[in-house]
Amino acid sequence: MSAGPSPDGQEFRAYVNAREDREILRFITCGSVDDGKSTLIGRLLYESRLVFQDQLARVEADSRRHGTQGDNLDLALLVDGLQAEREQGITIDVAYRTFSTARRSFIAADAPGHEQYTRNMATGASTADLAVVLIDARKGVLPQTCRHTTILSLLGVRRVILAINKMDLVDWSRDVYDGIAATFGDFAKRLDVTDVTCIPVSALTGDNVTGPSAAMDWYDGPPLLQALESADLTTGLQSGPFRMPVQWVNRPNAEFRGFAGTVASGQVHPGDPVLVCPSRKASVVERIVGPDGNLDRAGAGQAVTLTLADEIDVSRGDIIASIAEPPSLSDQFACHIVWMHETPLLPERPYLLKIGTRLAGAQVTAIKHRLNVDNLEHTAAKTLELNDIGYCNIGLDRKIAFDPYRELRETGGFILIDRYTHGTVGAGMIDFGLWRGSNLTPHQLAIDKPARAAQKNQKACVLWLTGLSGAGKSATANAVEKRLHAMGRHSYTLDGDNLRHGLTRDLGFTAADRVENVRRIAEVARLFVDAGLIVLVSVISPFRDERRMAREMMEEGEFIEVFVDCPIEVCEQRDPKGLYRKARAGEIGNFTGVDSPYEPPENPEIVLKTAEQGVDEVADQVVDYLRSRVDVA
Amino acid sequence: MNAWIAAGQQLQFIEPSLKENPMATHGRLGRLDQLEAEAIHIMREVAAGFVKPVMLYSVGKDSSVLVRLARKAFHPAAPPFPLLHVDTTWKFPEMYEFRGRTARETGMELIVHVNEEGLAKGIGPFTHGSALHTDVMKTQALKQALDKHGFDAALAGARRDEEMSRAKERVFSLRTRGHRWDPKNQRPELWRLYNTHIRQGESMRVFPLSNWTELDVWGYIDRENIPVVPLYFAAPRPVVRRSGTLIMVADERMKLEPGEEPEMKRVRFRTLGCYPLSGAIESDADSVPAIIREMLSATYSERQGRVIDHDGEGSMERKKQEGYF
Repeated sequence: MSAGPSPDGQEFRAYVNAREDREILRFITCGSVDDGKSTLIGRLLYESRLVFQDQLARVEADSRRHGTQGDNLDLALLVDGLQAEREQGITIDVAYRTFSTARRSFIAADAPGHEQYTRNMATGASTADLAVVLIDARKGVLPQTCRHTTILSLLGVRRVILAINKMDLVDWSRDVYDGIAATFGDFAKRLDVTDVTCIPVSALTGDNVTGPSAAMDWYDGPPLLQALESADLTTGLQSGPFRMPVQWVNRPNAEFRGFAGTVASGQVHPGDPVLVCPSRKASVVERIVGPDGNLDRAGAGQAVTLTLADEIDVSRGDIIASIAEPPSLSDQFACHIVWMHETPLLPERPYLLKIGTRLAGAQVTAIKHRLNVDNLEHTAAKTLELNDIGYCNIGLDRKIAFDPYRELRETGGFILIDRYTHGTVGAGMIDFGLWRGSNLTPHQLAIDKPARAAQKNQKACVLWLTGLSGAGKSATANAVEKRLHAMGRHSYTLDGDNLRHGLTRDLGFTAADRVENVRRIAEVARLFVDAGLIVLVSVISPFRDERRMAREMMEEGEFIEVFVDCPIEVCEQRDPKGLYRKARAGEIGNFTGVDSPYEPPENPEIVLKTAEQGVDEVADQVVDYLRSRVDVA
Repeated sequence: MNAWIAAGQQLQFIEPSLKENPMATHGRLGRLDQLEAEAIHIMREVAAGFVKPVMLYSVGKDSSVLVRLARKAFHPAAPPFPLLHVDTTWKFPEMYEFRGRTARETGMELIVHVNEEGLAKGIGPFTHGSALHTDVMKTQALKQALDKHGFDAALAGARRDEEMSRAKERVFSLRTRGHRWDPKNQRPELWRLYNTHIRQGESMRVFPLSNWTELDVWGYIDRENIPVVPLYFAAPRPVVRRSGTLIMVADERMKLEPGEEPEMKRVRFRTLGCYPLSGAIESDADSVPAIIREMLSATYSERQGRVIDHDGEGSMERKKQEGYF
């Protein structure tokens, strides 16, 4: 047994309590493989004596096998966790490591500096209090340094430690250090980075990492570890306006109804008046139930359960907030979006948005510009590709409570979720709310849809025919409409090709334009349904997401998806307009089925096998379906 | 006995009381308070975001902490999910006893699943080796249990400090239809915004203790008086040394090799699993504070005693890809 205070003694107890009460500093390290970032973190862990002997033995063995430091210990191997990346000698994802000193404990997020850099950096920076940006002293401030700092600024990381590494390779030169510090200071001034500390280090030799450097006695600032230990952690979160997004309604019995959540900002006490948003219903906090019983107050970061004095409607996604300083409400925002998926962001495509505990349907209505993170220039963009950052307008399907991201991360940061794969495809930071939507009150029309449809002795609906070019959509629509006309029904056909001469004349065939094409046609279809008509839409509409958007624009039961299912070989053989021939010859691009994808419907109401059946047969099938639904025909 | 030995104490229901509030005493949260709040937040997201969640219960110290946190997260209601123990049938007798007590005293539903097929084939660590035993009785058994009950999210106590490949694990870790983990296809996790949306057949493993260290776990057990299996505390136990590891002779299924003679040594366990795969360490630490003091001067990491990590380089990463949690 090692020496030390007895585990039963007061001294030991006080020591353990102090360890447990230390604050956590979360920081992110940014830099590329060549800057020696993994080596620097490895050295912090190694010199803080946080590396166990068995881990060290493994690194020694690995150093001989994969190491890049000859016979020396390759400390980067302590950090590069996954087998694949150890073999390739690169880090490929964000890794989190905990270490601690007597004064503080740390969670270090390590994001790679090359491929996928924006996505991974944004992820690591989203929870960081501070960033350590690495620079190779021989190379100075590079475009990638600007890129890292810009992303940090966007994600709200205001404190930066600039670690100027590899000082051993520039003869520990003070002039080199001064030059880099001045250049970086000038760039940081253009951003929201307000607190910069520059430290000359050598991760390889350990100079200025955990202790002072004899080789650089001209530097009188703190070594890196000491700078991390003493960095100011005040965030203003505790003194901010009270916000608590509701996670869970706790209702074990008739006597107790509590709202569980983590306090995002500010303080709350029993008796405080609060506002439930976005419904803006007021009440008073009755009790604060903490993890160990009732509390007399709760502050930012605490997970609690509140009970209110009034029986008002509160559910998951609502924000319980200070009545004196309530959050803003809107359904449209200007925001920065970091795109994180290989499939690009398309304006008007429907996504799910999660902010706090609230989920909403969302569409980017406009991409104002793309931000070049290397030089802060703005460029025009129609889509956002993986790792792009765009300044956008976004519209939601409901009004939500929010704060600008720069004021509060928890109620101003959101993620975008793909509606089909359910993957997290983007992250956004709200700049401000746009008020256009809320200033327009819909004019109530005296004659409504049921009245118009009843006059025509029918119920309105949309038959949405989707399928490849040449599958037989237009022919089917014609045949169906003839039958409806003969039956005395009122109908209209919206044909994708015909509309391209007018309504959608400005659009091409890129994925972004296809989304907008479908959106416009769906909007017109909705107006015609409102007019009481049976609307036939004949448009390739290759993407599931947009067909779902069209479905959601209509009322329940109004949207009938008709999959005109014909194998591409048959369509290509028919080739009524000679388009496949041109596409194969490369004369036209973005042709569905050739060099642009078609996503077949998953649960269409009707499937028409037009390769096997004639046009009359399939038209009858559609009409029979309408007849079978008494509410339609 | 030391007053801090939690093992002998009753699990108490947390009665509402005006307890010391870190926010009132310090105006900020300390490390354990922050980690506790984060874990509670994660558990509540799971309860709200999934149709049928479950909490994996391994009977170990991390499970004891998870159960305590779950009760706090939903207090005064009971946690809205059951416990699931994937039983390899090779645990220490003390673990089975403790499991029964936890179920009785927490009142939470406890589902025990055994891979009956593997059991019928007589698969065990002595006869089939650690790799095959773990795969059949643990990895495959876990998949069976999740599929059988249709659980779409499984809370588990894994921590990022346990093993290198875990440092890049997400808090919400997506598993494909076959329960596979694809390290290249994990979702970015920003802020406290966890994406709980999955497709039919996919599932999520969720790790509320991701940012905890082994020392945090013991600190929390100490602070909260959480009962743990007595095997964590040093006591004289019969052991034999096999390939450098001290293995406890826990029941008659362990056949001694020629020349092997069980010795009584004062030992304890840093991690508990199947007894033939859990290495003991010689120690005098017989209370939670003594364990903490021992850890503060420890030179070996916790997983060193786990035989399954030594199957080859990157073995944990491979196990995870195959569905081990």
